[in-house]
Amino acid sequence: MCGIFGVMDKRRQMMDGSGIREALSIMNERGSGEGAGYVAYGIYPDYRDCYALHVFFDNPGKSKAIVDATLEQWGTIEHDEAIPTCDQPNLKANCTPWRYFFKPDASLAPGSASPEKDVVTSIVMQINASANGAEIVSSGKNVGLFKASGWPEDVADYYRIQDYEGYIWLAHNRYATSNPELWERPDPFNLHDWSVVENGKTTTYGANRRYVESFGYNCSTGTDSEVIAYLIDLLTRKHGLGIDLAIRALAPPYWDEIDRMPEAEQNLNRALRFAYGSATMNGPFTVVAANPDTMIGFTDRGKLRPMVVGECGDRLYIASEETAIRAMEPCVESIRRPAAGEPVIGRVAP
Amino acid sequence: MSSNFGSMPLRYRITIDREQCMECGRCVENCPYGVFRWDGNRILINSRNCTACHRCLTYCPRDAIMLQEHPCDYRSHPVWTRAVRESIYNQSRTGKIILAGMGSVANLPIIFDHLMLDACQVTTPPTDPLREPVELRTYLGKKPSKLDFTQKPNGDVELSTELTPNLMLETPIMLGHMSYGALSLNAHVAMARAAKETGTYMGTGEGGLHPGLYPYQDRMIVQVASGRFGVNVDYLERGAAIELKLGQGAKPGIGGHLPGEKVSADVSRTRMIPQGSDAISPAPHHDIYGIEDLPQLVNSVKEATERKKPIFAKIAAVNNNAENVAAVARSGVDAIAIDGFRGGTGAAPRVFRDHVGIPIEVAIATADQELRKQGLRNEVSLIACGSIRESTDVIKAIALGADAVYIGTAALVAMGCRVCGNCYQGLCPWGIATQRPDLVARLDPDVASKQIANLIHAWTLEITELMGAAGINSIESLRGNRDRLRGYMLDEGLLEILDVKSVGA
Amino acid sequence: MAKQVTIDAKGVHYTPLNQQIRKAIEDGADEIVVNNVLGQRFIGNGLRGNATIRVNGVAGGDLAMFMSGPTVIVDGNAEHAPGNTMDSGKVVIHGSAGDAVAHSMRGGKIFVRGDIGYRGGIHMKQYETQRPILVVGGSAQTFLGEYMAGGLLLVLGLDGAMKAREIGSGIHGGEIVIRGDVDEACLAAGAKKLPLTDEDRARIAPVIREFAADFGLDAEPLVKANYTRIVPASARPFAGKYTWE
Ligand code: SF4
Ligand code: SF4
Repeated sequence: MCGIFGVMDKRRQMMDGSGIREALSIMNERGSGEGAGYVAYGIYPDYRDCYALHVFFDNPGKSKAIVDATLEQWGTIEHDEAIPTCDQPNLKANCTPWRYFFKPDASLAPGSASPEKDVVTSIVMQINASANGAEIVSSGKNVGLFKASGWPEDVADYYRIQDYEGYIWLAHNRYATSNPELWERPDPFNLHDWSVVENGKTTTYGANRRYVESFGYNCSTGTDSEVIAYLIDLLTRKHGLGIDLAIRALAPPYWDEIDRMPEAEQNLNRALRFAYGSATMNGPFTVVAANPDTMIGFTDRGKLRPMVVGECGDRLYIASEETAIRAMEPCVESIRRPAAGEPVIGRVAP
Repeated sequence: MSSNFGSMPLRYRITIDREQCMECGRCVENCPYGVFRWDGNRILINSRNCTACHRCLTYCPRDAIMLQEHPCDYRSHPVWTRAVRESIYNQSRTGKIILAGMGSVANLPIIFDHLMLDACQVTTPPTDPLREPVELRTYLGKKPSKLDFTQKPNGDVELSTELTPNLMLETPIMLGHMSYGALSLNAHVAMARAAKETGTYMGTGEGGLHPGLYPYQDRMIVQVASGRFGVNVDYLERGAAIELKLGQGAKPGIGGHLPGEKVSADVSRTRMIPQGSDAISPAPHHDIYGIEDLPQLVNSVKEATERKKPIFAKIAAVNNNAENVAAVARSGVDAIAIDGFRGGTGAAPRVFRDHVGIPIEVAIATADQELRKQGLRNEVSLIACGSIRESTDVIKAIALGADAVYIGTAALVAMGCRVCGNCYQGLCPWGIATQRPDLVARLDPDVASKQIANLIHAWTLEITELMGAAGINSIESLRGNRDRLRGYMLDEGLLEILDVKSVGA
Repeated sequence: MAKQVTIDAKGVHYTPLNQQIRKAIEDGADEIVVNNVLGQRFIGNGLRGNATIRVNGVAGGDLAMFMSGPTVIVDGNAEHAPGNTMDSGKVVIHGSAGDAVAHSMRGGKIFVRGDIGYRGGIHMKQYETQRPILVVGGSAQTFLGEYMAGGLLLVLGLDGAMKAREIGSGIHGGEIVIRGDVDEACLAAGAKKLPLTDEDRARIAPVIREFAADFGLDAEPLVKANYTRIVPASARPFAGKYTWE
């Protein structure tokens, strides 16, 4: 099941987390109270040039030194602190959330078109792959991810997300099927720019994972959203696909439809399926993802999961249920349900 | 010089229930091995010539004939088995290498049978292939690893990557290479028609292309083997794709041999060799002594055909299969067929057939893995062959990393073959593996092609059902998706090589 | 005199909400107005009788599931699968609805003024006198009438072109009637197009009139309009697929 929610303000007007909390918890019927998470863009204006690393420490006394050392080896820690939290009776904290504001040393990834992101990517892969009691859960500039095992309201209150203001928020209400106790397990998943929430479960995890791993990504959580975040990063940043084509590669049209397209379009779609057959996602899913400039949503090509899109002024909403949108925006101006594979792409004004 | 073995125990015994028999003589007509003969108005039986081809049983109107294998017991012994003893008798009598037909008879576990498929239950819904699309369409050939675009003045992007030629299959099942010469023309025509009807392709084998197959040439993958039989530029141009045969699973490391008796006038014309002479394929291609020679041959074939056709290479699965595949993938070929050690053959030395090579399941899994590791997976398609017996073998091969499969023996069985293993005698009672006109005439290409097409169709239906049940609606989402397999009673080492989890995990 | 009861659903979980509705019916209410509905599921679930329930707001999933008798009128949209496995009665939705509307519905009527999502009318079925009817005022999405085994599925296309492809995939009973022409390419295997005969038109006319009356539309132009009728090519479309061992 799971319920997902995304909202973006096209003019970067800030929203605090309280409305998002409302929207997510109205979909509690879709969750099991064993995981919820929020990610927001624009919450760290004072450190906007730093990569904000949110880290879960099993025990900071033991693991923090390892992360400190790794970060210092790859760049400079501008500031770090425990993420403020507020104990909740229904939440059993089993890790300490921490944040670093970090500047990677670009000279350590020579020849790359986006050296800072390459450095951050390899730090994330390195720390998350090894059993060191530390898990980096988000790593983007001016982005922060807050998640835990519990109901959406409790998780929101634990992190006091109403105290954060962002112009894009994604949120996820989890129906757990495995490892309900792990705080790093629920969506959203983040890797620097991109954050992902998913409702559903692909049937292609194995094929997709093998594909991204052959490009140096390391799937350590076993979740779809992790693979999806890597796929989007690979296709857009490394392979230079526009986000619309990247979505087309992940949820391509059927051959029957391609056969009926005009020739140039046919060629393009065939080429996408040729090149990205192993990246194609199958099975039921709705994905909502964001980077600092964009929010996107798409469903599997068989349309096995719901996706509702709402618009109201500068705000774009994508959610599992219309109800969630109305919980935050009672007077939403338009509601629609896009077709399978039809991408919803919202861009923040430059 | 005679031996002291005398008469060996019968391999098969044929009996006729005389109460049922109406003395119609159909068995006498049908058995090309001369097991039956008239003695006045009584039919006599010489069981010693029997190959268990079942032809007589099929045509007896009264079900009067019965066949028994090994009617005489040897003293049982787990080490000195009947097979071991009979080989010794044979070789001590003849002093020769034992040849045998069809694939390996080694009694080793079949990995396919220890791989279980997945199905959706509660977290994902199955797809019903009857009502919603499940795509089996498969493209074989080189795929780009990354696409390039140019920006048009109006801001639109345009694809600038040129796609190289691929073969489009409606189902990932192809008819593998068995030459004209080894098989009859009727068998070839039947296969070609079935390939056309089911939207797939057929391999010519190394025997050239008979004019009778020209109408189906756009469905033919023409093979170039070390003997280069029937190969000229016309042949290359006719094929939809060209396959370089570098090895064969049933006999890795050795060449082939079509006995002169099978080189009829027609076969001689097609192969472009004199009638009645043996057609000998050398072990290696004598223009490939090192791996760097392979790209030479690939490019040469590509130049000759103006780079309009995909080029395949076929290799036998042996120990360092992964390295071999990676090496061939770099040569510029568009697809690699890997032939497992259980692959079929008209005739191969028994020791090769039963002892050399590795299973296709392992070969495909390691090839896919290695190609991905080296970033070469999109350079080539992988075709699994050698003992693909049923639709589940196809789906498992694809989940292990193959793009498509070749079937050989299964297609012969679909035409009536009983796997008697006597193809090399050239007397195939079903008209499949023979050139004797009266026997060839027994195989009606219309009927046989329908049977092969039915088989491919039925497997295709089963594959879509199995994929739908696993919630997968396109074949590329199955390819290399080993998470959808589980190993049942496979040892840990093998599971690791296959990169498949154990049942329960 | 009809007895009306009003319930405020704001912040109320669906279980107590449904308890209140049942209680009102037990107490003899003919009409129950439920205000401030925001996604509560299962409203009217399994209800018998002939009361009318007015839902003001967005009805949550599985509205009127297993319902046998009452009328539910939604002033707003509905989420997934309203009328799921419904027996009899009527659901009127003034807005649009999500995927799998009328899933496995066996009787009664569902009228949706706006659009419906994917797989509308999936596996609707009829038996003896039970004949379910789904009417959509707007458009439907792909896999419309999938597995359909009986009943009538009518799409009026009042707000623009029909978006559905793979129409009637696996249909083996009942009929799908769509206003205007339907491109052959949008039909799934196992479905075939037929022209609408005068008899057919006479059969659907009362349904169109009832729909038009419920939503204040002018019925006659709709009754006279041009329709495409889609029916199963066979009652046993997949009988030829299997053989015995
Ligand atoms: S060889 Fe074939 S036809 Fe002849 S007796 Fe044996 S089974 Fe019958
Ligand atoms: S093809 Fe070979 S194995 Fe098959 S029936 Fe003919 S001779 Fe026997």
